[in-house]
Amino acid sequence: MKRIAAILLMTFGLAAFFVARAVLSINGAGASFPEPIYSKWFDEYHKKDPNVQINYQAIGSGGGIKQVTEGTVDFGASDGPMNDDQLKAFQDKHGFSVLHFPTVLGAAVPTYNIPGVTAELNFTPEALAGIFLAKITKWNDPAITAANQGVTLPGNDIVVVHRSDGSGTTYIWTDYLSKVSDEWKTKIGKNTSVNWPTGELGGNKNEGVAGLVKQTPNSIGYVELIYAIQNKMPYGRVKNSSGQFIKADLASVTEAAAGAAKNMPDDFRVSITNAPGKTAYPISSFTWLLIPSKFTDAAKRDAIKGFVKWMLADGQSHTEALAYSKLPKEVVSKELTALDKVQ
Amino acid sequence: MAATSTTVPSAGPLAGSRSFFDRLRDGDEIARLVTLLFAASVVLITLLIVYELWQGSVLPRHKFGFAFFRTSVWDPNFEQFGALPFIFGTLVTSAVALLIAVPLGIGAAIFLAELATARLSDALEFFIDLLAAVPSVIYGLLGIFIVVPVMRDVIQPALKNTLGFTPLFKGPAFGIGFLTAGVVLAIMVIPYIISVSREILLSVPRDQREAALALGSTRWESTWKVVVPFARTGIMGSIFLALARALGETMAVTMVIGNTPAIAASLFSPGDSIASVIANQFTEATGELYTQSLIELGLVLFLLTFILNGLARLLIVLTSQRGGAARA
Repeated sequence: MKRIAAILLMTFGLAAFFVARAVLSINGAGASFPEPIYSKWFDEYHKKDPNVQINYQAIGSGGGIKQVTEGTVDFGASDGPMNDDQLKAFQDKHGFSVLHFPTVLGAAVPTYNIPGVTAELNFTPEALAGIFLAKITKWNDPAITAANQGVTLPGNDIVVVHRSDGSGTTYIWTDYLSKVSDEWKTKIGKNTSVNWPTGELGGNKNEGVAGLVKQTPNSIGYVELIYAIQNKMPYGRVKNSSGQFIKADLASVTEAAAGAAKNMPDDFRVSITNAPGKTAYPISSFTWLLIPSKFTDAAKRDAIKGFVKWMLADGQSHTEALAYSKLPKEVVSKELTALDKVQ
Repeated sequence: MAATSTTVPSAGPLAGSRSFFDRLRDGDEIARLVTLLFAASVVLITLLIVYELWQGSVLPRHKFGFAFFRTSVWDPNFEQFGALPFIFGTLVTSAVALLIAVPLGIGAAIFLAELATARLSDALEFFIDLLAAVPSVIYGLLGIFIVVPVMRDVIQPALKNTLGFTPLFKGPAFGIGFLTAGVVLAIMVIPYIISVSREILLSVPRDQREAALALGSTRWESTWKVVVPFARTGIMGSIFLALARALGETMAVTMVIGNTPAIAASLFSPGDSIASVIANQFTEATGELYTQSLIELGLVLFLLTFILNGLARLLIVLTSQRGGAARA
C-alpha cells in the first residue's frame, strides 16, 4: 500500500515538474472587482495558448499597485488609476514606466429601501451629494421629490449606508460626488475609503451594503451594477451631464466610456464619471491592467502582449455574459497603439 | 524495557551527576532542548510581531505621536488618523460581551459540572465544543440575519421603553451597533467560558465537596461556597481567554457593528473596532501614512491585549491572596 502511494506520488511529482517546465507562468495581482472576468479570460486564453498560464490574485487595487511597483508580480490591476506620486515611485525604482490598459467597465448604482415605495426613483446629482453629506435628511426633501413627480415619499429620516471596506466602488462613487459637488470635493474627496459624515452605516462588501439596505427601512446605499443585476436588486436612475435620467445598464456604461474617449489622454488615466453623452450613465469607471513598459524576459513580454491583444478583440465577447460593460471601439483601437510601448 | 524501568527512579536524584552526553544519549537532553526550542519560539514570535508592528508604523508614530490615541478623526483623504473611536469600540463591545457571557457561561458550567448527570454533561459538552469550533464568519451571518432583526424589532424598542431615560439606550435603533456586536461576541465566547470552567470545576477534589456536605451544607451551598471559590483562578482564566477572543474578533464584529468610527454613549449607535477597521481597509489602503496608520492600530490592539492581560494577572494574584487569607 505504502509502495503504491510512493510510486503514485512520484509520478504526480514528475508530471507536475514537467508541466510546470513547459508552461510559461505569468503572475498578476490587484483589483477584486474584475476578478470574475479576469479568471474567465485567463482560463480561455490558456485554452487558446496552452503554453501560457496567467495567475491572478484578487488582493485589492492598493495591493496590486504595491506589488507591481515592488516587482513581485508581472502585472498589476486597479480600479482607480495610479496617481502621479505612485507613477514616479515606479519610475524611480525601475528606470522605466508602468502603463495603464483599460479592460472592462464598471458602475455604481444607488439602491434604496423605502417602505411603500415601489417606483424607480430619479436622483439628481444635488440630491445624491446632499443625502451622502447628511444635508438632506428626509425622503420628502424637495431636492428628491422635485425629480420624482407622482411618487409619494414619506417624511422619514434617511439612513445612509456605505461600503466599510476599501473598494473601487467607493472610489467611483466618491469620484462622481466630487465632480458634481464642490462641498464634497473639499470636505470629503475621493478615495477607496473616505471619512464619511457621522451616523452613516457601513456594510462589508456589496453583500453587506445590500443586506443593510434590505433590512433597514428608509435607507439608501450604493452597490456595483454587476451585483445589482445579478441579484435583481431595484436601483435608481441618475441624472447625467446632458440632463437625462439614466438607468445604469451595460450599454449606458459603455456609452459613458465612448463619451469620454474623445478627450482620452494617451496614458488612459481618466475618470469617466459624469461623462458627456446623451445616454451615458454618469457613475461609471474603467478598471485597468498595470503593465510595466519594459520586460527583461522577452517570452513574458510577448505572452502579456499577446493576451492584451486577444483580450481587446475576442476577449471582449465574454464580458456581457458576466455583466461587465465592454470597451467602446475608440478605446480598443487606442489601446492597440499603446501596446507597442511595451518592450 | 526492564532497563528503563530501573533507571527511571534513579534519574531524579542522579540527574545532576550524569554527564551531558549521557543525558544526550538517553534522549532526555534532546527532549529538553527540543521542547525548550518550542517554548522559546513562542517568545520569539511575540517579539517578532512587536518588532514588525513597531517598524511598520514609523511614519504615523512620528507624525501623530500620542495624539494618535487621543484624536478621533480617521480621514484617508486628508491623512488624519486617530485611533480613539476604534479603541472605544473594541473596549465597549468586549465589555458588553463579557457582561452577558460571564454569568451565562459560569452558570452553565456549574450546572454541567455539579448538577447534571455525567451523561448529560458529556453530551452537552459535545455541543459546546462544536459551538467553539464554528468559524467566526458564520457567527457574523447569524448576527446579520437573526440577531440584527431581533435587536431592531424587539430588544432595542423594549430597552428604549424601559431604560430609555439613560444615555445608554437612546437614539435611532438600526439593529446594528455596539450592543449587537457585544451580543454576537457574547454568543461566540460563551462556549470558551463554559468549556474551560467546566473542566476546572470537575477537577476540584472530591473531598472538598464531601467535607462541605459532611458539615451539613446543602448541595448548592457546597457548590457555591466551596467548589466555585476553589476553582476561582481557573474560572478567571476562562474569562480572560474569552476577553482575548472578544478583543481580537474581526469578521463577526465587522458584519454587525456598523463600521463607522464614532464615540457615542448610546449602545444603539453604530461604531467600529480596531480589528474590524484593519480588516476593512488594509487591502485597499493606498499611501504610506495610511497603511502604516493601520499597522499602528495593530500595535495598539496588541498593547491593549497586553495591558488587559497584565491587569488580569494582577487581579488573580490579588484575589488568590485574599482567598488564602480567608482560608487561613
